[in-house]
This record gives sequence, structure tokens and C-alpha cells, in this order.
Amino acid sequence: MGIEVRGINKSFGATPVLRDVSVDVASGSLTALLGPSGGGKSTLLRVIAGLEQPDTGTVVISGTDATRLSPQRRNVGFVFQHYAAFKHMTVFDNVAFGLQIRKRPKDEIRRRVGELLELVHLDQFHKRYPAQLSGGQRQRMALARALAVEPEVLLLDEPFGALDAQVRKELRAWLRRLHDEVHVTTVFVTHDQEEAIEVADTIVVLAGGEVKQTGSPHEVYDNPADPFVMRFLGPVTEIDGQLVRPHDIELSTTPEPGTTPAVIDRVVRLGFEVRIEMRLRDGSDHEAWAQVTRGIVESLQLEPGGTVHVRPSPAARSLAVT
Amino acid sequence: MAKYGLRTVALVYLLFLLVLPVGLIGWRTFEHGAGPFFDALSSHSALHAFQVTFTVALWAVALNTVFGIGAAILLVRHSFPGKRLLGALIDLPLAVSPVVVGLALILVYGRFAPFGGWLENHGIQVIFSTPGMVLATVFVSLPLVVRAIVPVLEEMGDDQEQAAHTLGANRWQAFRRITVPGIRSALAYGIVLCLARALGEYGAVAVVSGRLVDQTQTLTLYVEERFQNFEQPAAYAAATALAVIAIVSLLLTKLLRPKDGDR
Repeated sequence: MGIEVRGINKSFGATPVLRDVSVDVASGSLTALLGPSGGGKSTLLRVIAGLEQPDTGTVVISGTDATRLSPQRRNVGFVFQHYAAFKHMTVFDNVAFGLQIRKRPKDEIRRRVGELLELVHLDQFHKRYPAQLSGGQRQRMALARALAVEPEVLLLDEPFGALDAQVRKELRAWLRRLHDEVHVTTVFVTHDQEEAIEVADTIVVLAGGEVKQTGSPHEVYDNPADPFVMRFLGPVTEIDGQLVRPHDIELSTTPEPGTTPAVIDRVVRLGFEVRIEMRLRDGSDHEAWAQVTRGIVESLQLEPGGTVHVRPSPAARSLAVT
Repeated sequence: MAKYGLRTVALVYLLFLLVLPVGLIGWRTFEHGAGPFFDALSSHSALHAFQVTFTVALWAVALNTVFGIGAAILLVRHSFPGKRLLGALIDLPLAVSPVVVGLALILVYGRFAPFGGWLENHGIQVIFSTPGMVLATVFVSLPLVVRAIVPVLEEMGDDQEQAAHTLGANRWQAFRRITVPGIRSALAYGIVLCLARALGEYGAVAVVSGRLVDQTQTLTLYVEERFQNFEQPAAYAAATALAVIAIVSLLLTKLLRPKDGDR
């Protein structure tokens, strides 16, 4: 096991931030800590790194109890949301820092830093200062710096949070490929479910300081443990007292077993997808929406003001609203 | 029209307040050429006053630098009960008159005070001697280094230090390799300010030094003493020297000021 976190409790003053949190991270995996802000995910990551001390509980890294170890003895690589670049050092010196602290021979440092800068595509920039780099380049430099010390685990705190949408997408895919190359046990924090689903092997959903669910992206998306996880992992709508994914709704022009009648308010065409916004006519007058293809809209001739009959598709996972 | 009026007022004000007095001292000093100036400054008493001034100032700057870095880190990076009190205490010397500082030091370290008497019995004379003058100078220039560093430390945040820790650096290594380079310019600015203040200090040093000629006489005390004894050339020469040192320090601070965060 790469990281074993057992029964962590942590409060800031009177506010509990982590409550009895236990998480297992398999060696070599890429795990996302996903949750809303204030859910305790960054604190958990900092506890694993040793930057925060838990009130109770243990952290075991690669079989060694690290709970009482200071950050510099844990051999973790940590990447901060705002890069924490050493502003007064060149890119080369930033990446070389951990190796220089470890008093490695000069030519070994030069070789290793060269390899890492190549890995993160910054070999052209080794003489620049962080202020002369873009956000994405700075974050890649921070990643190379963390990898330079050959850490047991790599921890990333909202690594793409400060970047604009386009760069985020590129770096996500790049991080996934990088992980496939270096295979270091990696944990990253994110509040973006799309990012977690796209990049991670395992997702740990944290909210209110508690672990809500752990599983593969497919499991947490398709078999959410509770309505909270279901809402957080993707779009949901409510039909007949059930939470359903909008793409798991069947529409028909005639009543079928288990259907609920609805009046269409709006038909929003988003390219290939179409959003059908409607009002349920089951006495509740609830608003609901379905995500369908253009083909369905055309074959059923769905238009605002028309009536449809809706039900969750038989294969869909739905949860009772509580 | 109004803006010319305002400019004229400002210039005339500064002319009478600053330019004329300082300019006159300079003119008086070099009235008979540079020879008398250098003669006046190379007298035994003047050289001794230079030496005392620099000894006191260098000690004060060294102590305030160490204390200033420590106090700034304490104020910015740590939270503890009494932190606001510490912040207020550090600023106190700006508000207290230097003469009061001098008297207060005599009350504690004077020969007839319990603590001062005890020190004297152990062979350490504070008042009327260099240690007392260093104490007085440290006191009046206490906040300068702290206040120069605090905003830069705050702006820098502790991310970089934490990153250094995760990369294997201990506290000292993180301090030396990350914190100090990060605050370098602000620290230099604070040190120069502190040096300028220490060189020019008069009131507190006048009280605790006893003004013993050729023993505890600093440059500022020397200027005052010569002036009272109608030795104007010596007084003017020393005053000009002090002014030149002050101006050079000021230029240094101007050069050092805008660097932080450039890169």
C-alpha cells in the first residue's frame, strides 16, 4: 500500500475539519481527493505531507509510520496551487533545490535536472526566473522540482486551480501521461469532478470532513453512495421522488408503465445534445430536465408546450431523494 | 496660476527650512577651502568621535538586524497570545522622546540602581560607557528593521518555505536559502535606515554617555560641544560630515527600495 491514512481527526480551533478519515492509496495509483471547497481535502493532503499535524490518527507511507515525522523526512513531493516557485532562483536552481539539500554530486544534479526539465518540456527555459514563465510552465517546473527528489508519493494541491480553462485541459491530459511514465504514487486534490473523472484511477469523495465514497471514477459516477455524491459527480434531475442523471431519462409521446406526464418548457439545442426543460404533471409541478440526442427530438417532435411522458431508463441508477 | 502658487510656497518653505540652513553649513565649512575642513576632521578629538560613533552604530545595527529578523518572523509567521502587544511595544520607541529613553536607561543601569550596581560589581559599566550608548541607540532605532521586513514577509507567504521543507530542507536551510533571499532588499533597506538613525542619534546618547570628551563623545555630541565652545570650524566640518553620511545613506535607501518582487 502506498499511503494508509487511519482515523484522522483534525480541528482548527473549535471547527472540526477532518472527522475520522481513513483512506487507502494503492502504490503507483493516481488518486483524486474530490469534494466541495471547505470539505477538508486540502487539509488531508497537508496532513499526509506533514505540513499539518492531525489531532488523532496515523499516516503510513510505504509501510513506515510517518505520523510524527517532519515534512523534510517524509520524502514526499508536494505541488502547491500557487506553485510556491522560489522567486529568486532560476528554473534550474528551483528543480535542483532538493538535490542540493541532499548534497548530491554536481554532475549528477546537472544530469538529473536536465532529464526532468526535458520530461516537463522546460529544457529551453532552464536559465529563466519564475516570473518569466507562464502559469502552466511554472506549475510544470514545480512538478519537476517535486519529482527531482524521487519522492515515495507525489501530492498535488489543486494543481491546475489557478490556470485558465484551456491550459487546465492540456495539463490534465499531460499529468495523466506523465503518471503513466513515472508511476509514482500520486494524490491530487480537486473540486472539479470532470478533472477527477478524466485523470484519476480512484476517486475519494470528501465533504464535511468525512469520506463519502471511494471507488473508481466509473463506480462513483454510476453507483453513488448517497444523493450528495450523485449531485457532486455530475448533473442530476428529480423525477417521481428519484434522483436520476438527465441522460438516463426515457421520453415517449404516449403513457407507458412507470411514466410521468410532463409539459415541455424549453428545448435548448447544444450542438448534438439537446436539453429538454419541463414541468412534471404529477401534481407536484416540479421542474425537471432531460438530456437527449437531436435524433430523439426530431422523431418525437418535441416542442415547447407539448406533453411528453418520462421515466428513468431501466438500466439507470437512481437514488431516492432524502 | 494656482499650481504655480502652490509650487512657490512649497519651494520657499523648503528653502528656509532645509536648503538654507544645510547649505550655509556647507558654505561655512568650505569658506576657506577644503584644507581647514580636513584639518578640523583629523584632530584627535574628531577622529575619536568618528570612531565612537561608528562603534556604537555598528553594534546597534548588528543587534537590531538580528532582533529585527527574529521579531518580524515571530510577528508574521507565528500566532501566540500577546502578539499584538509585541507589535505595539516594537513601535513604542518611535513615540518616546530619546531623552526619556536615556533617563530610563540610567534608572535601570546606573551605578546607584540595583541592577546597574550589580553589573558594575561584576566589572561591567553600562552608563557613561559604550554599552549604555549602544543600548540607547538600539532602543531608538528598534522598529526600523522590523517594520521594513514585515510587509515583505507577509506578501511572500510561507508557501516557498513549506515547499523547501517538503524538499528536505530543515528550518535553518529554508531560512537561509529561501527566506533571507526573499527579504534581501527590504532587509538592506531596514539596515541602512537603522544605520542612518544610529549615526545621527543625539538625545538618548547625550544622556547616557555623560559627554566625556575623547571617551564617550560621538560625532553629534562633538558638534554640539565644539559649537558651544565657539570652535565653529570644527563644529561645521563635523556637521557637514554627518550630513554627507546621511545623504549617502538616503541615496542608498532610494537605490535599494523598489527591488522586492521585481522578479
